[in-house]
Amino acid sequence: MKIAVVDYGAGNLPSVERALRALGAETVRAIHPEQITSARAVVLPGVGHFSAFVTGLRERNLASALRSAYDSGAPILGICLGLQAMYASSQEAPAERGLAFFSEQVQALPAGVKSPHIGWNQLRRVRAGRLLRGIPEDAYFYFAHSYAAPATGEEAVAACDHGMAIAAVIEQGNLMGVQFHPEKSGETGALVLRNFLESAT
Amino acid sequence: MTLARRIIPCLDVDGGRVVKGIEFEALRDMGDPAALAARYNREGADEVVVLDISASWEGRATFLDTIRRAAEQLSIPLTAGGGIRKREDGQAVLLAGADKVTVNTAAVERPELISELAKQFGSQAVVLSLDVKRKGASWEAYVRGGREATGLDAAEWAAEAVSRGAGEILVTSIDRDGTCSGFDCELTAKIAATVPVPVIASGGANAFEDFLAVFTDGRADAGLAASIFHMETQSISALKKFLAERGVPVRLSR
Repeated sequence: MKIAVVDYGAGNLPSVERALRALGAETVRAIHPEQITSARAVVLPGVGHFSAFVTGLRERNLASALRSAYDSGAPILGICLGLQAMYASSQEAPAERGLAFFSEQVQALPAGVKSPHIGWNQLRRVRAGRLLRGIPEDAYFYFAHSYAAPATGEEAVAACDHGMAIAAVIEQGNLMGVQFHPEKSGETGALVLRNFLESAT
Repeated sequence: MTLARRIIPCLDVDGGRVVKGIEFEALRDMGDPAALAARYNREGADEVVVLDISASWEGRATFLDTIRRAAEQLSIPLTAGGGIRKREDGQAVLLAGADKVTVNTAAVERPELISELAKQFGSQAVVLSLDVKRKGASWEAYVRGGREATGLDAAEWAAEAVSRGAGEILVTSIDRDGTCSGFDCELTAKIAATVPVPVIASGGANAFEDFLAVFTDGRADAGLAASIFHMETQSISALKKFLAERGVPVRLSR
């Protein structure tokens, strides 16, 4: 099964690719739009700045390819900044428009809690979903971020409370996202990726 | 729901081998950083730190390869650093597979290095490594492997580094390092009270109680140690069980 791992030009992709291959997936590093639209499923990893990320996606025509993949029903998984890019905008770069699959604005973590939110944290389930299937309620996941989407939309499957209710896991149709890093979350993270791959079979 | 306190084994690497904390001949094979990283990944470490302490240029040349080999073994985060002079050095470390890069001496000499890295890779990828010695009622920052005093107050420098984009502070007590007398909890509590980012305590860890103290009195978010883990005098899973039984939130392996 061919999985496109979107390469927007600055991310650290090998760990995501390694985690997917360990589960039997074949990965292709997508730098051209057709590599996204021809894939069985798409993973959108991201680290760094919201502005650099969405600009990179647009300049490479990858943003429109992601929209086509969404329209065709291919499962798409956003990771960390990849999840944030699925929203309309971010306080990190208010003038930039995101992929806008979801209407909320990504927010800076509030004062009074440690920011960046770095380390292993637990989730609060909001509703049933595919990505967390078979994973214990008290499992830990590795987070590393200073901005977060609020867990107020219908897409939220699980929240992580760190000064605000963070959208930690989102699902809506074939769109999925995780604010934590499944590729850095040990065996539990591998289970999340396996659940995603199963949604593509 | 609680953010877990992290247990972080640290590998000091020179020329592709782990050089500190391997005192017994029988443990010679533990000197391969990738093998040690794999072991810690299995044993429930929350993160692994790899520091290049090589003095020679030849030693440095192999460091990126060490990062690549260690990263291949890990399904947990990897932090790497040592000798990072400029933005390109940090970029090379991150592209080799590290999730975070530590800066120390060069950041004191040119604090813009922190902002440059944070701007390109995000604050979550930039760790200030802060080596300090106690000086009366406060602490002074040292550079060049703890050999050179800077005249900078450690807490003030930590605050400036955070304002420039550092996302974590790895604070090492030179006074305690290698003494096995426990973390300097007053130091870590002072840094934690000064900056809004996570604080990783380092230097002096020997017993389980030292970690308990640094997570309570010391207000640290993570505890780092080298020798005690390498030599298997303390297992990470036993340490976490000890902490959990005393109410410290930790991620227990299944």
